[in-house]
Amino acid sequence: MSDVWIALLGLGDKLAEHVILSAAALALGTIIALPLAIWAGRSAMVSRLSLSFASLVQTIPALALLALFFPMLLSLRAVFGDGLPTLGFLPALLALSLYALLPILRNAVTARANLDPGVLDAADGVGMTGWQKLRLVEAPLSAPFVMAGIRTAAVWTIGAATLSTTIGQPSLGDPIFAGLQTQNWALVLAGCIMSASLAVLADSLLGLVEKGLRDRRKWMVWTGSALAVLGLVVAFASQQSEDDDTIIIGAKNFSEQYILARLIGQRLEHAGFSVRYRDGLGSAVVHEAVTSGAIDISVDYSGTLWTNQLKREDNVPAEEMLTEIKRWERETTGTVMLGVLGFENAYAFAMKQDRAKRLGLQSLDDLARAAPQLTIGGDIEFFERPEWTAVRDAYGFNFARQRTFTSTFMYDALTGGEADVISAYTSDGRIAADKLVVLDDPKNALPAYDALLLIAPQHAENARLLSALQPLVGEITVGAMREANFAVDRLDGKQTPQQAAEALAAKLGLD
Amino acid sequence: MNDPAAPLLRFDVVTKSYDAVTAVSEVTLDVAEGSFVALVGASGSGKSTLLKMVNRLVEPSSGLVELEGEDVLALAPHALRRRIGYVFQGIGLFPHMTVAENIAIGPRLAGGHDNAGRVSDLLDLVELDESFAPRLPHELSGGQKQRVGVARALAAEPHLMLMDEPFGALDPVTRDALGHAVRALHDRLKLTTVMVTHDMAEALLLADRVLVMDEGRLVADEVPKSLLGGAGGDVAQALVAVPRDQAKALAGLTP
Repeated sequence: MSDVWIALLGLGDKLAEHVILSAAALALGTIIALPLAIWAGRSAMVSRLSLSFASLVQTIPALALLALFFPMLLSLRAVFGDGLPTLGFLPALLALSLYALLPILRNAVTARANLDPGVLDAADGVGMTGWQKLRLVEAPLSAPFVMAGIRTAAVWTIGAATLSTTIGQPSLGDPIFAGLQTQNWALVLAGCIMSASLAVLADSLLGLVEKGLRDRRKWMVWTGSALAVLGLVVAFASQQSEDDDTIIIGAKNFSEQYILARLIGQRLEHAGFSVRYRDGLGSAVVHEAVTSGAIDISVDYSGTLWTNQLKREDNVPAEEMLTEIKRWERETTGTVMLGVLGFENAYAFAMKQDRAKRLGLQSLDDLARAAPQLTIGGDIEFFERPEWTAVRDAYGFNFARQRTFTSTFMYDALTGGEADVISAYTSDGRIAADKLVVLDDPKNALPAYDALLLIAPQHAENARLLSALQPLVGEITVGAMREANFAVDRLDGKQTPQQAAEALAAKLGLD
Repeated sequence: MNDPAAPLLRFDVVTKSYDAVTAVSEVTLDVAEGSFVALVGASGSGKSTLLKMVNRLVEPSSGLVELEGEDVLALAPHALRRRIGYVFQGIGLFPHMTVAENIAIGPRLAGGHDNAGRVSDLLDLVELDESFAPRLPHELSGGQKQRVGVARALAAEPHLMLMDEPFGALDPVTRDALGHAVRALHDRLKLTTVMVTHDMAEALLLADRVLVMDEGRLVADEVPKSLLGGAGGDVAQALVAVPRDQAKALAGLTP
């Protein structure tokens, strides 16, 4: 339990970010919902359309809604210019505000529709103007219901805000995502406890305000509001200011990325830079983040860029691929491909050693023959990737079943027998630790996945930064990387990415 | 008023139709200052619609409605309504305001400041104790609520009171008491009152002029005595027959 306590104590700045994001989204949602509800009270058409829209938004999974704002904002750059942020606070705010819209709007519209018609007639009869009627009658009588809607929206927003981690907005989702990837359950639990507590607290305070409005007890309204505002002020006050010189290092959502981000960060701190990490970015998001300058440094993989960014479907030798990527990044995005780190994190097909031996499987050719009796497990994106299509077509795979797992649970699936063969990663420490065998690829159908360093365009001429990073190029062996990955992923004697990065630096004689 | 001969309220060929249905059809009518007019008719005869065209809760399709010589359509609705007392069956007390706040709402809207003395005078007028002032509407009985409703309507010192089935939801005893109280206020404050009711007995006992409506038209315009004497036509007489027969039946039962 003490691990959880330590993790909780380290979440102060994530909590502050989470509070500010949730409150801003709730405020924006309310600002949009209330006028819409007033309009809806005067037009059945507006009422129907706005409620249908809000309900439609609600059916989109929060994770997808957040992710959708990235391409949406990207296309809006045509209107607002390249200064428009596509990652981080803005898309998270917009998506969560939309999410908060429905409960507030629905409650406000329902409250207005259920007002006693006699009271509304009386408001007209005594000579109220439209504005006086709204202010003196409709608003105070609807307020408790509207507040109940805001309360529901607050709980939803605080929950959904944990997902904003995936689009580069720090939140209490950071420890949850990081913990899930590295199987650090204390971290996951701490993130969950913190966001659940925040939701319960917000619910109680807003509930007090709601009860105060309903029972016409002003002290309840004031106490609830004052405490909520106090919480916001504290969150604002505790936010660290991010000066312009801070280097932001992005990481995708798996252990290797967390470790490499720390390795880079530690070097830069020694060189006198101040550093922040933006962990758990979606794989598609991270490239856009570095090319647009939302983050300063990322580690990506040649095969990923080749298919996703250069949109190439052919398979060329590793050296040629790297040269081409370097040229393409420089010419189209202005991003610097500083060099390779020295190891590959390629897709590879892995099985338990004993099972492979029993079935007599050594290569993908052998696997193709046994496939109709086997279940293949892949990570969430694998079966959607062109590599899978390429390798499947090259060898004529025809598996009995195809299942997807998060990358961490994929290995457990192999151990537990839920999958016979998985799409493993060559730099993964669990290949050795779990006694797995990687099947040969005699047709070279799987492309190269050299890890490489990308530096945002604004640092293309930053000699101090580039020279601080240069020593990393070509120095990290696949063995060292596997060891570091395993130190973070294993269940016993687990290291934090920070510790694993220090050990990796020491082992490689960096610094 | 500038011209003492002019009526306080005037309808000139007023019609209100909703799509295919004509609710009020070509009504022409003068209401003299100080009169207590009852507007009687079956449900759907158009009596409420006619009343609501005075304070513009309903807008006429054609024709002219004049209050104290002014076309009501030429006035802003809220300004017009502040000059007219309006009491209706639904009462419509504001549930989040105290009795005192409800009564003072009209002067407050007009920009006047709270006047506790005035509220207490108005409570007194409707025969409610001063201790009602801080209470909320849900603590009152139906009759008490409508008394507050009447006080609220009187707060802005209107010349004209419009009453739409004001006692419709009340029990007979309360109804009778409140009817007499309203008539007494009408005389004391020199009001002009137009009251819609479907109860001919109430109309005959309280009003000094009874108008009968049928299918949107004004079919009778008599003083109570003439109606009881058989004037006003079939529709009016059918309405008068109800209380008259009840009275006879009751007389027969009396030992």
